Amino acid sequence: MHELSIAASIVESVTEAASAHPGARVKEVRLRVGALASVVEDSLQFCWGLATEGTPLAGAALAIDMLPIIVRCEACGIDAEIAGVQSFRCPKCGELAADLRQGRELEIESIELEEPDPVEEQA
Amino acid sequence: MTTRIVELRRGILKKNDELAAELRARFNSAGVLVLNLVSSPGTGKTEFLERTLRELRARGAQAAALVGDLETDNDARRLAASGAPVRQINTHGICHLDAEMISKHLEGWEGVSLDGLNYLFIENVGNLVCPSSYDLGERIRVALLSVTEGEDKPLKYPGLFNSADAAVITKIDLAEPCGFDRELALRNLNEIRPGIRIFETSAKTGAGMEPWLNYLVEQAHAS
Repeated sequence: MHELSIAASIVESVTEAASAHPGARVKEVRLRVGALASVVEDSLQFCWGLATEGTPLAGAALAIDMLPIIVRCEACGIDAEIAGVQSFRCPKCGELAADLRQGRELEIESIELEEPDPVEEQA
Repeated sequence: MTTRIVELRRGILKKNDELAAELRARFNSAGVLVLNLVSSPGTGKTEFLERTLRELRARGAQAAALVGDLETDNDARRLAASGAPVRQINTHGICHLDAEMISKHLEGWEGVSLDGLNYLFIENVGNLVCPSSYDLGERIRVALLSVTEGEDKPLKYPGLFNSADAAVITKIDLAEPCGFDRELALRNLNEIRPGIRIFETSAKTGAGMEPWLNYLVEQAHAS
């Protein structure tokens, strides 16, 4: 259950990034999370609601892009996605592949901001 | 109202990762080998570590330990029996150690300076999920599993076992009564972390401790 710590870290990071855009409201936060990052999507969504409550981020949506595991197979010279997380083998030749190329990501990809239109000067 | 997307592309645990990198640089310049020991509760981390500390001291090495638990200083007291300096970290509900806790507990540690150490062990909170995300500045992450837990532990917790540099199987003195399938356990470890170094040990009888201690010495010299 470290999703609450993770949600709190996202709130901190996004609040800091959003402070460069005064007046803007954060509509959505988009994450990239690898299948090996030990993060449970539902649990993170639940904790996101708790962590943003009473902050300027309250009501912002959390979009989570889950990334599959990709290993590099030295024998085949390719990067390949493995099926599941039970066996780190090249799907083409079946050899064990220790070189992990994707799967540990735990990143904030982007934020979507809603900004008020510039107020027109009144004569 | 207009909307726009601002790219951030930053690690969620950036603060932890930056602090861990600072710690790693400090450990390297002090010449201390730091290991992060992770397992489920009840694997026997503390008994294994107590024996490791005792045997390293008998070999003339300077070793110390930071030990994480939600509550109590029971483990620190058990480890202190080895004669090595030990400091307890109580997380009060948090299910993992992070770099900031390590940094804080290195300060004001009476009688311990990094420069005087060869080995620093960090015994993480018993948990096979959350500690995998938190870099503590260690050089070697060790995942432990006991023969009483079942051979499929690595398959159940791939995130952690895949992030480990070495695996220690504990309580091998109980392997037979538990019907432990050794070949299967080794195979499962290798499926999740191909090529991982594996040590089979009993802290009770001392079986298998020698290769583990030799590995530590070899790794300390490799720094």
